[in-house]
Parts: sequence; structure tokens; C-alpha cells
Amino acid sequence: MVKRARLPGALLIDQKQPITFTFEGKTYQGYAGDTIASALAGAGQWVLSRSFKYHRPRGILTMAGQDSNTLVQLLGMPNVLADKTLITDGLQVEAQNYTGSLMNDKEAEISKVARFLPVGFYYRAFFRPKGIRNRIWEPIIRAKAGLGKVDTRHRGGYYDKAYGHYDVVVAGGGLAGMSAAISAAQHGASVLLVDENPILGGAMNYARADIKGKRLRARCAQLRQTIAESANITVMTDTVCNAWYVDHWLAVIKGCRLHKVRAKQFILAAGSLEQPAIFHNNDLPGVMMGSAAQRLMNLYGILPGKNAVVLTGNDDGYGVALELREAGAQVQIIEMRDLALAQATLHDGCVAAGLRIHYGSAIYAAKADRNMHHINGVEFGKIAGKGTIAKEHQQISCDLICMSVGYTPTYQLALQAGGKLGYDDDTAIFSIENLPKGFHLAGSLNGVFATDDVQADGQRAAAQALDGLEITHSLAADFLPVMVQVNHPWPIFEHPDDKNFVDFDEDLMVKDIRNAVKEGYNELELVKRFSTVGMGPSQGRHAALNAARLVAEATDRQVRDVGVTTARPPFSRETLGVMGGRVFSPERLTPMHHRHAELGGHAMRVGAWWRPGHYGVGVDRVAEINSEVRNVRENVGLIDVSTLGGLEILGADAAQFLNRVYTFAYLKQPIGRARYLLMTNEAGTVIDDGVACRMAEDRFYITATSSGVDRVCRQMLWLNAQWHMDINIINVTAAYGGMNLAGPNARKVLQKLVSDEVDISAEGFPYMGLREFQVAGIPAIVFRVGFVGELGYEIHVPATAAEYVWDQVLAVGQEFGIQPFGLETQRVLRLEKGHFIVGQDTDAMSTAEEINMTWAITQKKPFFIGKRSIELRNRALSKRKKVGFRLPSGITSMPQESNLVLKNNKMTGFISSVWLSPTLNAVIGFAYCAREDAQIGNHITIKCDDGTLHQAEIISPHFYDPDNARQKL
Amino acid sequence: MFIIDCPWCGARDQSEFSTHGEAHIVRPEDPETVDDTEWGQYVFYRNNVKGWYRERWMHAFGCRRWFNVLRNTASDAIATTYVPGAPRPSLPEDT
Repeated sequence: MVKRARLPGALLIDQKQPITFTFEGKTYQGYAGDTIASALAGAGQWVLSRSFKYHRPRGILTMAGQDSNTLVQLLGMPNVLADKTLITDGLQVEAQNYTGSLMNDKEAEISKVARFLPVGFYYRAFFRPKGIRNRIWEPIIRAKAGLGKVDTRHRGGYYDKAYGHYDVVVAGGGLAGMSAAISAAQHGASVLLVDENPILGGAMNYARADIKGKRLRARCAQLRQTIAESANITVMTDTVCNAWYVDHWLAVIKGCRLHKVRAKQFILAAGSLEQPAIFHNNDLPGVMMGSAAQRLMNLYGILPGKNAVVLTGNDDGYGVALELREAGAQVQIIEMRDLALAQATLHDGCVAAGLRIHYGSAIYAAKADRNMHHINGVEFGKIAGKGTIAKEHQQISCDLICMSVGYTPTYQLALQAGGKLGYDDDTAIFSIENLPKGFHLAGSLNGVFATDDVQADGQRAAAQALDGLEITHSLAADFLPVMVQVNHPWPIFEHPDDKNFVDFDEDLMVKDIRNAVKEGYNELELVKRFSTVGMGPSQGRHAALNAARLVAEATDRQVRDVGVTTARPPFSRETLGVMGGRVFSPERLTPMHHRHAELGGHAMRVGAWWRPGHYGVGVDRVAEINSEVRNVRENVGLIDVSTLGGLEILGADAAQFLNRVYTFAYLKQPIGRARYLLMTNEAGTVIDDGVACRMAEDRFYITATSSGVDRVCRQMLWLNAQWHMDINIINVTAAYGGMNLAGPNARKVLQKLVSDEVDISAEGFPYMGLREFQVAGIPAIVFRVGFVGELGYEIHVPATAAEYVWDQVLAVGQEFGIQPFGLETQRVLRLEKGHFIVGQDTDAMSTAEEINMTWAITQKKPFFIGKRSIELRNRALSKRKKVGFRLPSGITSMPQESNLVLKNNKMTGFISSVWLSPTLNAVIGFAYCAREDAQIGNHITIKCDDGTLHQAEIISPHFYDPDNARQKL
Repeated sequence: MFIIDCPWCGARDQSEFSTHGEAHIVRPEDPETVDDTEWGQYVFYRNNVKGWYRERWMHAFGCRRWFNVLRNTASDAIATTYVPGAPRPSLPEDT
């Protein structure tokens, strides 16, 4: 086990708590609070991965979870960021994207043939001859396209969602964000402060603004204290605000939980991302951002090198140098500017400390050992002009190169919100403009870098947010920040041997970008598609600025006109678990729901409802359904129909209203009668059906399909919003519980539950009759319908009493052989009877004529919704027709719903319902077929799932009791 | 998910509402007298604009009332909401 001493005072680790884990099968020790990357670096293991295309060794670049060099594999979890993921005891970590071993990758040889893999190679090489891409290249590319492996056996964890509502959400808990949160909260706003790091403070935790390096730490501690004492600031650390959507709807992710947060005002204070310089071998382990070195030292107590070179174009690089020096390293500084421009606080501190500074110089190449596992030197020279280095080079032995040459604002969320990037040639940095209302920027991503200014900028953003909330305040709405030059305009130096990387994820070099432009792809979006720049896991975080500079130069334009590619959510990687985790979808239970479970009902989801499909021990589903079918046909059955939509139409115009929205006639419908309802839309398509019960002259109780009632009710409300008829429309679906008592013994059962005064004889209460009387002492609406084709009573009672009535019906029905039956059984029963179901036997094109329902359309009415289109469609009939068909019961291959009807091997229709009828002892069903074939006695060809072809005979769809004798008993 | 200001209930999350396409589609006064083409236009044809669009919404999980929304289909910005029958608001300046 490798174990080395850490620097004292590391913020995030606890050296009293050692933790043991493995990487590539070898055991390492780190400490509580260590990430995988820091623990490995602490043990001297710098190679973390192999690059995507050339398999070059890669290591820590940002130490901020913002690059793809650190992607590793955990058990069951690929592409994990090693610089963000904490180690735990026994954690098994593997590297990704190599053949053989990480340290000896057989595919590293590919680097030597790089010139045969020019930019755009993937884009155009694999398309000729036709088909070659899928057959030959794709399997090879997929095998080589490294990154992690998905373990399909991994069962994942528990993911869920939470909701949050705040006046102000601040993304980014650095100086600007903390300042903004405090200022907003002090004025009474409720604030959510989100930061992706384990502790608040951002750069204050590792960077330095003064020579002694104490100023930022002290200020950070003070702000943290204030926030801890603020009752109305909610702090979420280890949390990323991953997406912005309209009206400040934010996807805030912490671990396995997605917080759906709505902010009234949003302050983005996410800071800046340090950018790389471009030189030969700028990608190898040992080359890192200055801020990465500072994070390693201050957060994890790791000295990243003993002999360091800092390449700088701003004063921050001197802070890195001072830090390294204090930690015991030898440091030299390669300063891209001249002395006059370099003079500033930290520079002067380095001069005073006697550090060697090479002014006006830049790195020509990093040197590495043969296997490139780590850099071991640097070759540099005087800058002769933009991007060029004088011929005389110097060499320094070193084991660390820190780059401090500039930043890009963390603009992703702002661009998701429609922000546009500007670029000022003098400061050489992107700026963000054109933000939506209530979206404010604070801190370095707003171009403010001086410490006091950053804090003031947080207050200014809070002032804007408070203005938006209409909260009065006395905060300064504006101030003039000190201009700090942090970006070098051209930290790009070419080398005859290339390997000067612009995009580390995609292994793209300077010449690749130039060649893409030469190929004619002169817009950045096109360069991206051709070269794949910015398409890797870090989404151009370290490539966008330099790529834009290179494209601007090559196309002779301004960087601001080139811009960056479109930013879309998510900001950083998002697991499928977060997206797919527990959803809040409403579930509806009928009043008798628990009885179904007790009776052995097999629950099935139907829309939002849970309904029993059938009852029984579940050994043989088909046999259990058929047994229920037989019992309804021979004795009596009871089904819960509470899910059926119930609407009340009240008012003087109630009948007139139904006459307009349904196809049948309702004006003369007598009180005490039920009548069929068929609804078409303006296009003449059948969209719903049900039963209208006329309770009074001005009152109808109507049913609609379970899945259609909400749509029907909405449509009715819309129509009457225009018509202003004298009616009220009330959705009473949930107010009633319903059950259908059906079978030859139904009357005997009902008789036991009603008083002697109630006449339920065939004459006193005939088919399609409607009565209101008490059932088992409960006031009920009872009507006689024949959906399943037997003597039947539909009993609707107040929902609160429905379970009681259900129990009573089942109890008194015992002597008559009553059994409950489920939805699947009902579907079989109604199929035998020849009744269609809207949505199952109809689709978006079905007319009443196609499904043989023209009897339900009255031609006498002057107007109803759909009338005009029905007339039109009757003049030019469709090519299909719904028919009933029959197959012998002995067939071995059973057709299924949606199986095709074929004619000369072409589809002419499909099966919408099919079952081996226990009553008729034959396979019966509904199908659409070609209109010219839809004659009784004809045969249609049905193709089963297994390819078997059946010749089905077309017969009348009224398979069972065609004279309706049984339902009229 | 944007916020919609229901004219009756106030600002609510989009998830409470259902959307029903273009507003101000006028049904032919007498469907029997218009030709098939004109009728087809009424039934099927809708404008599909990128930009400001007047559309019908319903507060399905609230007051269940219908109203109109002037929304920018490109940005989801909502200029205003208004009740049926109210005068049509003019399009915002920035179109």
C-alpha cells in the first residue's frame, strides 16, 4: 500500500480517518473527505485514464469535476468523476478506455498513426460503399469507443423527487453567491443557495488575493457564519443546479434526489472555469490548471509537484506560485506578458520571495518520459509574435506545469436561458448578455474579479432580485468595478509535432480545428459537427474559448461573432436514475378497491385507475376469466364500474345541449328512461359513448368512458363557454360508486335488496328503464343496460356507501350463484355480445358508418357536433370497414389484438378485439378489413405474431343473442 | 414548465393546465352552406407560428375554466392571458 504524508491544514480531509480502496486492483489509502483523484494523487498515482482517440495517459486537469480526464468506472456505475466522488472503505475503482492495462495501454500505439486519422475521419470515412458503416465500421467503432461499461445486472438505488419554492435561488456558493444570498435574505427574501462543492466558499477556499493568503479565508469564515445564522437561507452543498427552464424552473440535483425548484428570481454566481494554454503535450499528467494545483494543496493537502513551472498570463498564477513555494516546491514562472504589464500584488510578492520569472515567454513543449506517464520538463522561449516562439529555447526539468492563462464564465445556465455571449478583444473574455427577466449574474462570470468588487457585485445582484420581488432596499443598484485583466488573448502555440490539444475529451489539436475550417466548415456549429469539438463529456468547458479564437482567426472574424455552440440542459452529467426516479403520477382507487384485493382481484392499471382484471388464485388467467364469463351467462355476476365517467347536466337547456353534443335525439327522451350516447368530434370521428339518464325535465345524469370523461367534460365546458346555454355541467365521477349486476338471476338478487313497493318486474322496470330507489337502504340511481348482453342493472350509489352496497349485493346473491367479475371478463362478455369499446375498437379515423353505428345518428336534427363532416365522409366512404370474424376453436396459434389483416400480402386492416369465446366455443373478434371484402361469408387473412396465417370467416358481429332476448328479460 | 396567470385563479404552474391549440377559430355560421374545402379548413387547418400565438388553455386542475393566452412559442414568454370574449390584445412590440 502506498502512503505519503499530506500538507497540514487541508480543508476537506480528516487525516485521522484513513480509508482503504482499490484502483485497478491495487490497494490505496486515502482519508475521509478525499476524492478518488485526490487519494490517488496523494499516493503518487497520476494517470487516471486514457484519452478517447489516441489513448494518451491523462490525469488531473481541473480538480473541479469539469473535465473528462478523471472519468472512472465503479461497480455498476460507469463514467464517474474521480475528482468529485468521495472514496469509501472497500471502494473498487477501475480506469476506462484501455486495452491491457491503464499504465500499458496497447492501443496507445494509435497515437503514432494519428496522421492517418485526420479530423472529420469518423464523419466521412465510413459512408461508402453504402451499408459499410453499419456492417463493418460500427461494431469496431463501438468496441473502441471507450468510456465506461454499463452493468445491466446492476439494480441501482432509490431515486426520488422533491419540490422547492423560493423567492431567490442563488447557484454558486462562492464570494459573490454568498454575498447575494445574505443581502437578499437580510431583506426578508427566502433564499436557496446551491453549491456543488462540499463546503461553501468557492475559490475563497483555495485561491489567494493577498501575499499572505489569509484574506479570503477570513472573509469566507465570516460569511459562512452569517449564512449559518440566517433563518431564511437554505443551503444545499454537494448539489448542482443542472438546468434552467422558463420562469426559473430549476433542476437541482443532490445525490439521488431531483429537486424541482421554482424561483421568483435567479442569481447565477457559478464563477469561472480556468482555461488551458495550448502547447505540445499540454494534455499529459502533470500539466494542470493553476486552480487545480491550489485545490489539491488547500483542500486535500497534496503537493502536486516538487519542481513546478507556472505558466501565467495573469496575477492569479503568482498566487499559485506562492502557494507551491510555501508548500515546499521549487517554482519558476513563465510569464507571457512583459514586466510592465505583470506588475501587481501577487507578482510583486513573488519578486520579493525571489522566485525566478521568465517574462514575455511561453511554453513550446512539455517533455515526458517515453511512456508519457508524467511530464518531466518544459521547453520554452521568448514570445516572438502572436502564437509564435523565438527559435532559441530553454529547458527546465520539472514535474508540474500549472496553467494560469485565463477563464471563461460558467455561462451554461445563462445560455440555456437564452443569454448571448459577447467577447471583448481587449479583455479577451466572454461576457453574457440578453438574459430573461429575473435572471441576474454576480461575480466573476459577470466579469468582476477583484475581491471587494465580487462581494459588491453579489449585493448588486441581490438588489436587482429584490427589485424584481418589489421589496424595498437600500442596496446599491450599480457600481463601477475595477478592471482586472485575467485572460491572455492568445495562449496558443503550435508545434511541428502537434499534440497541442484544444479539446482534451475528443483529442482535437490545433490543426484539426484549422483543417475543419479549411474543409469549408466556417461556422462554429459546423466545425463542431465535423470535428466533434465540444461534444465530449465536458461539453467544451475547456475547448470552447480556444476553438472560438481559432475559428475566428481562420475565418477572419471577431470571436464574439463566432460565439460558442448552443448550450442545452443538462449542465453536467445526469444519471438515468435521476430522470427516471419515482414519479408522482396520480392513482385512483374505486370505493370498493379493498374488497377486490380481499376477493383475489388481479389489479390492472387503466389510465389512473386500478381495477380488477379478474379474480382468482391466478394459476390460469384465461380459465379464470372464462369461468367468470360462464357464471354471468348462467347465474349472475357483479362488476365494479365506479370508474365510469359520471356527469350531471342541469338546467332548462339540458336536453337541447345533449342534442348538440351527441349524435342521437334527446329532446323527447322521457323521464325515467336511459338512452345511448354517441359522441363524434368536428371531423366526424367517434370519440366517446355512454348512457343518458333523464332524471327530470331539466336534469340528466350521463355516463362517459372511464378514460374519456375528463376530455368530454372539458369539451362540454368549452362548447358552452361559447354557446352560453342555460346549463351547468358537473363532473360527478368521484361522487358515485357504481356496480353492474348482470346475469339471468340479477332480478332475484336485486329483489332481495329493495322494498316491496319498488316494482322491478320486466314490465315495471323494463330494459333501458331508469329508476331511483333505495338499494340495501341506500338511495340509488338504477338503470337497465345490456353491455354484457344479459339482464342487467347498473346501480350507482353515493361513493361513501358503495362498498356497503357491494357487500350487500354479494351477500344476498350467494344463493343465486353470484360471483364478482373483472374488467377483462367484461371485455369478453361485451365482445360476445358485439359491443365495441371506444379507443379499443376505434381509432382517430373511425366513423360511425365504419363501425356499423349509423343507427345512433339521427339525421333529423338540424345540428350536432360532427354532422357536417359525417355528411361529407358519407359521400366518399373510407376504404375500410369493421367486421366480426370467427375462427375454429381448435387453432394452435391464437391471434392477438393489433395483428394484421392481409390481402395479397398487403395490410388492409387489423384486429381490434379477439378472444376464444367460452360461450360460443369459437375464436371471435372484431377487425378492420378492406371495405370490398367486408361481406358476411367472405374470408379475410389474419397474420399471427408467429407468422401463422389464418383464414377467418366474416360473420355478424352480434355473436351472442343477436335478438337481444336475454338483456330484455 | 412555465407559469400561467389564470384570469380567475392567478399564477399557477403549467402542469395545472391543459392546452387546446389556436384560439379564435371561428366556426362557420351555417356549416351546411360552406363548401367542403372551407369546412376542411375550419376542422383541420391551424397556424403553426414561431413567435406570438393566441391559444386556448383550460385550468383543468383548478377552476376548470377556459381562457386565452398570448404566448411566444419560441421563448414560452406569456404576454397576457384574457377571458373568452375579451378584446384581443395586440402583439407585443418585439415581434
